[in-house]
Formats: sequence, structure tokens, C-alpha cells
Amino acid sequence: MGLSSIAYDLGSGLNGPMSISHLSSPRQQLAFSAKSCSRACITVRAADGNSGSMRAPPSTVRASKLVTNAVAVKSETASIAATKSGHELLLFEALREGLEEEMERDPRVCVLGEDVGHYGGSYKVTKGLAEKFGDLRVLDTPIAENSFTGMAVGAAMTGLRPIVEGMNMGFLLLAYNQISNNCGMLHYTSGGQFTIPVVIRGPGGVGRQLGAEHSQRLESYFQSVPGLQMVACSTPYNAKGLMKAAIRSENPVILCEHVLLYNLKERIPDEEYVCCLERAELVRPGKDVTILTYSRMRHHVLQAAKSLINKGYDPEIIDIISLKPFDLHTIGNSIKKTHKVLIVEECMRTGGIGASLRASIMDNFWDYLDAPIMCLSSQDVPTPYAGTLEEATVVQPPQIVKAIKQLCG
Amino acid sequence: MWRGFTLQQFANQCYGNEYDLGKGRQMPVHYGSNELNYLTVSSPIATQVPQAVGAAYGLKMDKKDACAVTYFGDGGTSEGDFHAGMNFAAVLGAPVLFICRNNGWAISTPTSEQFRSDGVAIKGQAYGVRSIRVDGNDALAVYFAVKNARKMAVEEFRPILIEALTYRVGHHSTSDDSSKYRSVDEIEYWRTRRDPVARLRMFLQSNRWWDDENEDLLRQDLRTQMMSVLHNAESKKKPGLSNLFEDVYDVIPQNLKEQEQETQAIVGKYPKDYPSDVPLD
Repeated sequence: MGLSSIAYDLGSGLNGPMSISHLSSPRQQLAFSAKSCSRACITVRAADGNSGSMRAPPSTVRASKLVTNAVAVKSETASIAATKSGHELLLFEALREGLEEEMERDPRVCVLGEDVGHYGGSYKVTKGLAEKFGDLRVLDTPIAENSFTGMAVGAAMTGLRPIVEGMNMGFLLLAYNQISNNCGMLHYTSGGQFTIPVVIRGPGGVGRQLGAEHSQRLESYFQSVPGLQMVACSTPYNAKGLMKAAIRSENPVILCEHVLLYNLKERIPDEEYVCCLERAELVRPGKDVTILTYSRMRHHVLQAAKSLINKGYDPEIIDIISLKPFDLHTIGNSIKKTHKVLIVEECMRTGGIGASLRASIMDNFWDYLDAPIMCLSSQDVPTPYAGTLEEATVVQPPQIVKAIKQLCG
Repeated sequence: MWRGFTLQQFANQCYGNEYDLGKGRQMPVHYGSNELNYLTVSSPIATQVPQAVGAAYGLKMDKKDACAVTYFGDGGTSEGDFHAGMNFAAVLGAPVLFICRNNGWAISTPTSEQFRSDGVAIKGQAYGVRSIRVDGNDALAVYFAVKNARKMAVEEFRPILIEALTYRVGHHSTSDDSSKYRSVDEIEYWRTRRDPVARLRMFLQSNRWWDDENEDLLRQDLRTQMMSVLHNAESKKKPGLSNLFEDVYDVIPQNLKEQEQETQAIVGKYPKDYPSDVPLD
């Protein structure tokens, strides 16, 4: 059976040094390895709670080896060395693998975007696909986001399953009219006659000095649009699983990737699996406080967690994955246990995912809260180009540690 | 109508009753039918242009003996989506017909204030799209233009732009009074002397395939039919409250279920403050 594992502890040395150089400064990496932590392994567990064996929930059994609703859970024992099955790859390769498998499985799946053909995409997510599936199925488009998004809507309504790649999520703002007015609405306004099974994906978030226009966090702008589903991937495992799930979904899905996570390495199962679009991921169980996060901030939270664990805190870390709709079931169960919530996001403070999530939590779990919900977000400023200023706009691990100390005492 | 969408279905859509295929969710004349390959109309202008290219992309991939067709007005050719869609169709070699009804007016904006190009046909040429300009008030000319355009699109895998020149005699909508921005004489001239239906009728009558008596009978019959379908549509029930929350997604999610329950509770508790002809379920 394949196990997926991410080694967060350099000290274990079992998988060698982790390719997370994009995530942290050399100074932080050093701090990493100095602390040894036995909770270094993430195993894949079926949603029915049995660890160590991969059993698909009965309601969603497909091929005999397909695991759906799989949730990555950190286990107490490090058992990376126990098995060498599965294969290691980088996040962008995981996306590509998912995409390729779905294109093989269903001839209606096609990709549209700028430079996705023989160039392979700006982040190489579609590398090799044009050679394999032809220029029509992996279509290079002129520079007109509203055009090819509109095309995808029209193609979806007439039977294809297109995937739209925005070279950067920020460019998809040009397609906002098609996405909001048509993509999200036409299933409803046509009385259910037409479905729009499109996937709109691309890298977003704050990168390394890409400038304000290339550092947009589009999840805030899309979260209000009725009819859309939105997910954010954060590891190679969930990237592949979410890509496959999004393609198979009958609803329009926005898959938010992060520009700095493409080179994240992980060992993922050889057998086919699909993640659940509406399910949050329990990254680390705990009992002191619930930390809700997604995308790149998950990794900042995990870094901060090392420090917190050493100081004796026991945080429960949940990667919310599903940005629209929120997985209030998983989130609620956690809050009922810990009674304190910290949200760590990369969105701006005003109108971001955190703002929405806070409202949702208050509406539903007010009675279970012992303290006001804390939320760490980026400031309401365009992202500056200067590296030092840019770093100050993104929530960093020391901020997270401080917030937990404040929240938990 | 030629494809089989009945007058009654049109009326049902306008009234948004329970027989409307769109389930009362779109405004009048925003109809659609999956069965008849007619994509539901959406309000933003020119967004249908790239969508038609997308549909043609699918047809090309499946190598079908078919093309996509999309309609828009002179005003629509100013929208970004029009240019993007045309360009793309040309590059892709998509079998799509772009039919522009250039009727001289976009609400109160005449074409002289919409663009300074030589009409719309030249815009097609700029993108490498073969374009046809035709007298939109000549039914036979339009028929032949479109027929030939379709042949080219399907056999040669290329987009074709058709600019049909005509004049908007009516107001833009029921909330418009066009005499405010154009002379009544102009409207009257086009209505009486350049009416396309009258023109076709005179052609038919001159060939003795039609006469005044037939005309009167047809008009009476159609009028009766219209009154009947409208009356019929008006009397039907409206869609129930649950239709407000369905089809947003393929399966109704939890948050929408909760919102539905809340709405049902409020409407059930204060029925006098809500329309009486909407069933709660």
C-alpha cells in the first residue's frame, strides 16, 4: 500500500533534505533542522478513520484501487522508512499527472490557455501534453482571457470538459465577467438544462517580487459568486487529487494554486485517488486551539507549529482546502474540541476568505467559542515589489506563534 | 420557432411560470433549450461571441458536419469579447457564423457614435475573417447569404461574419421612448416604406403565391393564437420556492439547504408580506 509522506523534519534524514527552499529563508531552514520532531510523517487515511490501510468508503467505490474522500492525516509514528512505494514528485508534476490521467480517461477533457501547448505552460503544468493529445485538445490561445474563458463556457455547455489555465490568477480578472455572469449562472438561469463543468486554474498568491499585479489573491474576489466552487491545493498529494476531482465535477470549479508551491516535493501513492472537493484536511490533530489555513500559509503554520509544540502548545491544524463552500463539519468538530480559533490567510484583511470564514464560524459555533476569533491576514495594500516590504505583507511564522500565545495564554 | 420552440413555450418563458424551461430564473426573451441546441440567452453584451467559438471548437474536435451561430447587434461589436472572439475564431479555424444585426441604434446611440469604421463587415476583415454585408430587410438575400456562409464555415472550417443592414423601427425595450432621440419622421419612413415583411409579401403577391385574403386570415389566426398562449401562460402557477435554491450547483450544498429552510420559515410565518401565488415547496 502506498503511503504519502512529507518530511518536515530535516533531522530525520530519511528522505534527505526537503525541497522547501522556496518557502523559507536559509536562516529558518537551519532553525528547522536544529529541532528534532518525531511527528514527521503524514500518512493517508481513508475518511472512515482507519489508519494504515486504504479502504475506499463504500458509497464511492469506483475502480478497486481508487481512494476517494482520502484525507491526509499526520500520524504519531514516523514510518517513512517502512515503505518505499509510491513515487516522489514536485507539486507542478502532480498537477500534470492528475491532468494527464483525466485526459486519458475522458476524451472530452481539454486544456485552453496561453502557452500551454508546446511551451508546456509557464509553470510547466501542461508539459508534454500537447505532444501526447494534439494541438486541439491542448489549445494555445491568443492573449484574451475573457475570450478563452468564454470559449470554455460555450464548449462546456455543448459537451466538452475544458480546463482554463490563467497564466497568473490575476489575469483572470479580465475574465471576471464571463466567470461571474455566465460560468456561475448559466446552470441556474437555463433551468438546469446546461451544465458548465469547467475548471479554472492558475497560480496566484504573493510570490517573490512579482509586483502587485502578479500577486493577486483572487479567492477573495470569487468567493461571493453563486454557482462557483473553489478549492486551494497546498501539497502535491492534494494538488493531484483536487485536480482530478475538479475535472470530474459537474460544477464550475476554481482551483487556486500558489506560485511558490510548485516545487514542493512529496511522495504520493502510485494507485489512482481523488480528493474530495468539499472536505478540509486535518493536518495535525490537537486540543488547545484550532488553526485554520490554506495554500502557502499551511506551510508557514507548520513551521510555527514546531516552535509552538516545543513550547508546550498542542495546536490542531486544519487546511481548509475548500474555500467555497467551507467544510463547516470538520471545522465545527474542531472548534467544539478546542474552543479557540486562529485563521491564517494570505488574503487582504478586508473581504478576504478569513472575513467570510469568521462570519460563518460566528453564525454556527458562537456557543463553542471561549475567545474572539483571531485572524492573521495580509494588509490592505497592493503588494510592493521591494523584497523587504513584500515579506512584511505576508503572515510569517513568528506572527503566528505570537498570536497563539495571545490566544491560549 | 423554426426549430420547434412553440409560441406557448415563448409565452411561458416570458411569464416565468412553472412550465418555463428556465424555471422562472431569467428575464423575458432570455430563453434557451438544450433539446433544440439553443444556448440560454444571458444579458451581458457580446459574451456569447467567445462562447459560440467554444461550441464550434467542440464541433471541430468531433469533426461534426455542423457549425455554431451567434447573433448580436451593432453595439455588441464594440465590446471586447467581440474582438477577442473573432480573433480567436480566425486563429482556430472554428466553424462559426457571426451574424450582426446592424439596425443603426444601440438604445439611443446611433452607429455614428458607436464606431467610425466602415460598418461591421470591415472589422471581420481586420481579423482575417471572411465577411458578408447583406441587406437585412431582404429576406431572400439574407437566406442565401447565410446558406452560403454556413457551407463555407462547415466545409472549410472557417468563421464567417455576416452584417445584415436594417433599421430598428421599435423602441429598444418597453422602458424606452425612442422619439426622444430620433425624429418621428425617420421612424415612420422605415416603418411604412421599408418594412421587410411587407416587402416579402409584395414579392409573394406579385408571383400570385399569396393574396390579401390570406394575409387577413393569417393575421387574425396569429392574433388569436398569441392571445391564447399569453392568457394560458399568465394563468399557470409560478415555480415553487425550492426552485430558488436548486441548480445553483448540481447537488444542493448544506449552506443553501439552511438558507432554504430559513426562507421557507419566514415566508410561511408572514404570508401576507409575500406573493400569494408562490408555493412554498
